[in-house]
Amino acid sequence: MWDLCTNALDTAKLRGATYADVRVMHLRQRDLTTKNGRVGTLSQSESIGLGIRVLANGAWGFASTDRLTRDGVAACSAQAVSIAKASALAKRSEVVMAQENAYVDSWQSPFRKDPFEIPLETQLALLLAADAEMRRVKGVTLTETDMQFRKIDSWFASSIGSRIHQRKVISGCGIAATSFQGEEIQKRSYPNSFGGQHALQGYELVDSLDLIRNAPVIAEEAAALHGAAQCPEKIGTLILGGAQLGLQIHESIGHPIELDRVLGQEANFAGTSFLTLDQLNNLKYASSIVNVVADARLDHGQGLGTFAYDDEGVPAQCTDIIKDGQFRGYLSNRETAHLVGLDRSSGTMRTESWNRLPIIRMTNVSLLPGTWDYDDLIADTHDGILMETNRSWSIDDRRYQFQFSTEIGWEIKGGKKVRMLKNPSYSGITTEFWNSCDAICKLGYWTLWGTPNCGKGQPMQTMGTGHGASPARFRNVRIGTAFSNQ
Amino acid sequence: MKPAAKSKKSTAAASANSTELLPERELRRIIDSVLRLAKSTGAEETEVHVDEVANALTRFANNAIHQNVAEHGLTVSIRTVADGRTARATTNRIDEDSLRAAIEASLSLAHSQPKNPRLLPMPAKQRYRGVSRFIKPTAALSAEDRARTVRRACDLAVKNSQVAAGIYSNGQSQSALGNSRGLFAAYRETRAEFSITIQEGPAASWAKANSADVRAFNPQKLAMRASEKAHLAVNARELAPGPYTVILEPAAVLDLVGFLFYDFAATALEDKRSCLNDRMGKQLFGKNITITDDAYHLLQQGAPFDGEGLPRQKVVLVDRGIPRNLVYSRAAAKAASKKSTGHGFALPNEYGEAPMNLVFAGGDSSVEKMVASTERGLLVTRLWYIREVDPYEKVMTGMTRDGLFLVEKGQVTGAVRNFRFNQSLIEMLNNVELMGAAVRATGEEAFEMVVPAMKVRNFHFSEVTKF
Repeated sequence: MWDLCTNALDTAKLRGATYADVRVMHLRQRDLTTKNGRVGTLSQSESIGLGIRVLANGAWGFASTDRLTRDGVAACSAQAVSIAKASALAKRSEVVMAQENAYVDSWQSPFRKDPFEIPLETQLALLLAADAEMRRVKGVTLTETDMQFRKIDSWFASSIGSRIHQRKVISGCGIAATSFQGEEIQKRSYPNSFGGQHALQGYELVDSLDLIRNAPVIAEEAAALHGAAQCPEKIGTLILGGAQLGLQIHESIGHPIELDRVLGQEANFAGTSFLTLDQLNNLKYASSIVNVVADARLDHGQGLGTFAYDDEGVPAQCTDIIKDGQFRGYLSNRETAHLVGLDRSSGTMRTESWNRLPIIRMTNVSLLPGTWDYDDLIADTHDGILMETNRSWSIDDRRYQFQFSTEIGWEIKGGKKVRMLKNPSYSGITTEFWNSCDAICKLGYWTLWGTPNCGKGQPMQTMGTGHGASPARFRNVRIGTAFSNQ
Repeated sequence: MKPAAKSKKSTAAASANSTELLPERELRRIIDSVLRLAKSTGAEETEVHVDEVANALTRFANNAIHQNVAEHGLTVSIRTVADGRTARATTNRIDEDSLRAAIEASLSLAHSQPKNPRLLPMPAKQRYRGVSRFIKPTAALSAEDRARTVRRACDLAVKNSQVAAGIYSNGQSQSALGNSRGLFAAYRETRAEFSITIQEGPAASWAKANSADVRAFNPQKLAMRASEKAHLAVNARELAPGPYTVILEPAAVLDLVGFLFYDFAATALEDKRSCLNDRMGKQLFGKNITITDDAYHLLQQGAPFDGEGLPRQKVVLVDRGIPRNLVYSRAAAKAASKKSTGHGFALPNEYGEAPMNLVFAGGDSSVEKMVASTERGLLVTRLWYIREVDPYEKVMTGMTRDGLFLVEKGQVTGAVRNFRFNQSLIEMLNNVELMGAAVRATGEEAFEMVVPAMKVRNFHFSEVTKF
């Protein structure tokens, strides 16, 4: 692979590139699903190819190919330079990047059980057993389970001398039960919606989830939701479960801190951000108990945003985003870091595959644990609603106004969960919401949740991001608006 | 590893500026190679998909190109059947050893599962209606061509003290499908797209078009339209949320009604997750709503065959407000004692099928006439981040974006801050007062469809944002 990389870099230089970086990537994936006791999807795939990014005439070009011959790679590299020169026809300034060192390294994400070595029969048997447990519950009309495994090898080389090989093993697994009764569809998922939990782990992730024990629990909840009271519409106290809070962090903190959005580079599609440069170190983003970091290091956990180097050859870092409630940092790459006067990229350039340009992405953007025991948090809440497991999510293109609904809610009265609520939802303005946070549970309740389906970029890229969160409480939140007209 | 399927000529064909697709005979040769190899490995039946893409996209922001990419890729996807079981393996390595490994992987996956009682024998040879969607000028558009067009759009923004961002892309793709029962289908198409957002201070507006034929739209005219609307969008005032009469431009209609497509899948009804469960044959929408799935419509794109190689049929889904028909894959059709409509996804999958070429019947109005007929309402350019809140009542939430305007006494009188909506699509399609001609619309939430602009009463805005 290094020969292909060298071939690409040499061609780029010969054609006039002043900088180039190249990625050869080999991606392997296995997908298993069941539905109503039968196997649904059963497939595996592999893809290998090369993508090269070059600077020529002060502008960027990128080309990719699956023709991994000497001629194919040379043609791809020449095409990238040709494209960069075309980009220069519509440039306003020369691209300059923040300083970075060259690294020669090899890294593999830790895992105990290689999911591709676990017999398929074992994997399917577990999914079918969980499926059967859900179907045993009266009122359940649809059961679904899934597993997804990926193994990604990448060889990165750059014209400043970096040579970095990384191997990542990623696992995901989840189950869901749906119930259609009367004129209502209700659904419960475990351990999270939209495919379950995903992490930079091996098959040990699946082992840890205890699907068989949890399958009847969510199935019974799905059926019971039909008889539950409608979530009221009011301004009140809200407690979010960790998985839902992870998505809240993703949408209302993770995306607005992306410096490409802030600088207008995503204005046509993903949108911009309310976090204009003047807000840095000045905005009180959240209450003083809120601390958020973007941490790609293994020390933070085995999340979907964990790696040793980003796809621009910058080492993984931990960046303070919100410190004691104050806005402290952005997600950057080498180009945007230079544009805003930072010494160095925060190491967040990531690519979906060999045929996509690396762009700024979230790593693990996490809310650090607080001080509360979960039981104490519930006991301390006189009148509130606990919401768990995302059902829908939406936020405006500058990341101010959001609305989320969850699969299930629980009314809390006098410090106790007193009854189930259906169709819960809440909405608000990002900074008002985070400034209303008055309690965060401690480390023992903290999970590094995986969001495997974050879409950004043109052409669209799907990326996995990590979000550590423990249950937390928010005051004076608008609740129930999504269903107020129904 | 010995090269089996790719010709030397095509391997060396990539040049600095363009990538030509393989000739159809090469795709057929790859398929024949796989079928031959599979025969010797114990597969009872084999199906092969070969897909090739060559795409390029120029991206601009802050009045300059900041990203500019090109890709070429070819994948071979193999489904084998053994003893009533089936599975799929996909690779982009097309030497003989890799293809054999993919066949073996597919068989190994297939053997690992219980028998599937619903699995049908693969279909035999079919006849297809021809469509012509490969336009040479689209395929020939170069990086320099795109850069010059982008430069003109950006210069317009600079001249008007505005900031432009967007994309200009073109590409070509082809798919071939063959199986061991003699079926063979092939299709190729081109696509071009231009999308532009123009910002003037905190205000913004947007225009977008795409087509198989790059000559079917004028990027500079789209830039001018976005520029003019961005200027109109400055000094947005805040209005109270609540029910409003809205005039939805085609992109806004598309991104909302696009969420209805899977509800028309027979499998979705069988799974009881469709909003049409217990509602087929009833007056669900207004009598002015008729929806057809038509892969052969002149404004549509896509192959005339489905994931199993069945020819796509034209299906009237909603006739004057009454859901009449669903689409069926072969398995769903057999379960329902119906005929396949040629809408199945590639097997194996749990979703069955879906209509991918929706065409809404339009009306004789226009956005201008709708504005002129409105005493008080809102003109909506585009919607954003739409998600399903309630799957049975089909309540969708989302935001307005890039140009929301107040209409008073038949005229646009100013810009309005963006709203969040929570709106049932079923209710909305009962409240359509006027429709324009159906056009090919493109947005960001749904795949392209043929839909009209709509004037809708009592559209529910629930909250307002800060811009």
